[in-house]
Amino acid sequence: MRESSVALNRFGLGGRKGEAVPGEPRRWLLDQFGKFDPRPAAVTSLPASPALIVQFREARAAQRGMRDERREAKAMPPETPARPDMAPELRPYRALRDVYAEAAAVRTNLALTTPAPFIERMVHFWANHFAVSIDKIVTVGIAGAFEFEAIRPNVLGKFADLLLAVERHPAMLLYLDQAQSVGPDSVLGKIAARRGNQRGLNENLAREILELHTLGVRSGYDQGDVTELARALTGWTVGGLADQPMLRGPGPGYWFAGIIHQPGDRKVLGKRYDQDGERQGEAILRDLAVHPATARHIATKLARHFAADDPPPSLVARLEAAFLKSGGDLPTVYRALIEAPEPWAASPAKFRTPWEWTLATLRGVGAPSLPALMNANALNQLGQPVWRPGSPAGWDDTAPSWAGPDALYRRVEVAERIARRTAPLDARKLAEDLFPGALSEPTRKALAGAESSAQALALLLASPEMMRR
Amino acid sequence: MIDRRSLLARGALLTGTLFAPRLAFAAAPTDRRLVFLIQRGAADGLATLAPTGDPAYAGLRGQLAEEAGGAKLDGLFTLHRSLGQLAGRYQAGEALFVHATASPYRDRSHFDGQNVLETGGRLPYDRDDGWMNRLISLLPDRDAKALALSPAIPTALRGAATVSSYAPTNLPDASPEFLQRITRLYADDAQLHALWSEAVQTRAMASELASDGGRGAAAAGKLAASLMAGPDGARLMLMESGGWDTHAGQRGRLANQLTGLDAMLAALRDGLGSAWADTLVIVATEFGRTAAVNGTGGTDHGTGGLAMLLGGRVKGGRILADWPGLNQAALYEGRDLKPTTPLDMVLAGAIAGHFGLEPVLTARTLFPGGAGKALEGLIRG
Repeated sequence: MRESSVALNRFGLGGRKGEAVPGEPRRWLLDQFGKFDPRPAAVTSLPASPALIVQFREARAAQRGMRDERREAKAMPPETPARPDMAPELRPYRALRDVYAEAAAVRTNLALTTPAPFIERMVHFWANHFAVSIDKIVTVGIAGAFEFEAIRPNVLGKFADLLLAVERHPAMLLYLDQAQSVGPDSVLGKIAARRGNQRGLNENLAREILELHTLGVRSGYDQGDVTELARALTGWTVGGLADQPMLRGPGPGYWFAGIIHQPGDRKVLGKRYDQDGERQGEAILRDLAVHPATARHIATKLARHFAADDPPPSLVARLEAAFLKSGGDLPTVYRALIEAPEPWAASPAKFRTPWEWTLATLRGVGAPSLPALMNANALNQLGQPVWRPGSPAGWDDTAPSWAGPDALYRRVEVAERIARRTAPLDARKLAEDLFPGALSEPTRKALAGAESSAQALALLLASPEMMRR
Repeated sequence: MIDRRSLLARGALLTGTLFAPRLAFAAAPTDRRLVFLIQRGAADGLATLAPTGDPAYAGLRGQLAEEAGGAKLDGLFTLHRSLGQLAGRYQAGEALFVHATASPYRDRSHFDGQNVLETGGRLPYDRDDGWMNRLISLLPDRDAKALALSPAIPTALRGAATVSSYAPTNLPDASPEFLQRITRLYADDAQLHALWSEAVQTRAMASELASDGGRGAAAAGKLAASLMAGPDGARLMLMESGGWDTHAGQRGRLANQLTGLDAMLAALRDGLGSAWADTLVIVATEFGRTAAVNGTGGTDHGTGGLAMLLGGRVKGGRILADWPGLNQAALYEGRDLKPTTPLDMVLAGAIAGHFGLEPVLTARTLFPGGAGKALEGLIRG
């Protein structure tokens, strides 16, 4: 691959029809730092997390009401048969599904038209690193707001700020059960204990912070560190949701609830933290954010994303050093990535994920927005529904997860569908623009021999070049 | 019945006689309908309507010469055996074949050839709009609805006048022909080749428009007819078909394609009912295929080919061909059927006759810069 093709495809989201091929690939990437818009109008016009929390609370109340009604009506047979289309207890949540679909469309449309495709790629990278998944019903409506509010504004900042924004976001606190974690010796913990209620610690978020978000699995922390971090984080919760008046907080959104915070000093990775309340957890996270194991973990994931499934140690070392030296300054790390030789290797390094392939094809044909046929459902069929990786570990970033026979067949079918719905264009010329200096002879021949312009475009969208980056 | 070399002279004779009724008709909104069916991929005219009477034919075509074997239309031409219903239309005087015809395009690129066929220009990409769109400006009823039976609007219908397109949501899946091309595209790529081979083996193949005994094609014909029905129906309809690029294994493939085409045309006629009397169907392709069979039982990109006119008012039951012959010296560039009848002038003449338009203006508007005169006498007065 020539370097402009590497910049467009491996660093960016694929060339866009009608846009000039970058003449100076590295400069083109660096210039995007100043072009990225963290809060575009399409995002700010969507409902923010406080409104979504209220909407979730109302849906939950409606669901409970239905449950109570059913319980009361149990004695009598129902007059009308239940509608089969949706489980009755899920109907109140339908509006939140619509919110999800709209937010997913906004995410896609931003990626299709962005002046900063490399930075958008980093948004997707971090959203996957700090994954929330909508298979948990509380996450459905708010998953988009999580990315828009916690990830986007911090993608060009310090890793520590990104980490704090993520761990304080209601979506993360709800997804990984932190919102309901109660310090056993907190004010409320003691009250609960006296009443015989079991309210206590939930370690879920604390463990994933250490294992997934910062240090990385098997990097030297132990169960004691997990428990201590979980204790430190008690009180990080979401207002506006709880039934108990004491836990409703000042309003819907992140809230530090002192009454459930476990009092006392904490010891994590051998270091003592004697801060009070919220500042304790924050201090631990700030230390974790610049820990050498975190630097190595992040450097490895970035190297895997940009150089090879099996990341070259030289690149990992270079990124790790940049991370540590700059105190986790993300633009510094990105710059080190752009300046390193490894990500510029000529042969395609990565098999595109369904998400990446979808964006590359739609950008390639110049689609201004997500066409109706490419809604979330199409991404479901391709195997990667937006914000639904199914686990806090996010989607896997290696070829074996994506390069399957059926997955490839589906891409070919979608390629033909997109091509049939695209106004006639010269795919031969487009191919040279999307993969400048990097188009293979077999692909060029296949396009030239196609029997129609639509077929040539379909072949281009399904070509080996398009399948990889 | 058969016009060949006499065609041009006869056409000229008819010019004056139809002029008056044409003007009278121009004031009223039209009930006349036009279907333009593009065969994308260069359909083999020499197999569709085979010049079995040409002494060079059997030698050139070898194994493919047996393809014909259908209705013998005259001493020279035999219709492909898959076109049984079309043969019936010919016998009923509703089908007219124009052989050894071609657009002004003389190179052999599908894209460029289709672009010329659709824009009506002299050269590829010298126009942005299609001749079918420009036709709307000539019609007495400028609000006449024009529709492409396709997910996007193809070049032939693009332009200043408002047009639309319609495609059923359950479009046929990727065609086997396309899937074969993907197989070739991945042949040199070890990873994709392995994945693809496995995928193809484990998947039940989706049925191609033309390979399921014509059922899909018949449905398309029926759908087109329904979209043209009634006073608010489309007056101009653009249809497309793919799979005609038969470089290898032509015998079975082309037979399937033509079975589909035959079913599509029959369904269109049946669906239109009484409106068939006011309908003109034009079937055309970007260029023909080589006179000789190639080394893989197929034919390669050629030049002169076949066009078809069908409909209730077509002066059919005839073959128009200034037949150049197939001996080596007669072939275009030593390999292709020589085009002797300009396709654009056939289209201009048929359309002018059908809609009652002035032929010179029609030719100039649809095919600007075209050489020659619109052929007349293709449509009943």
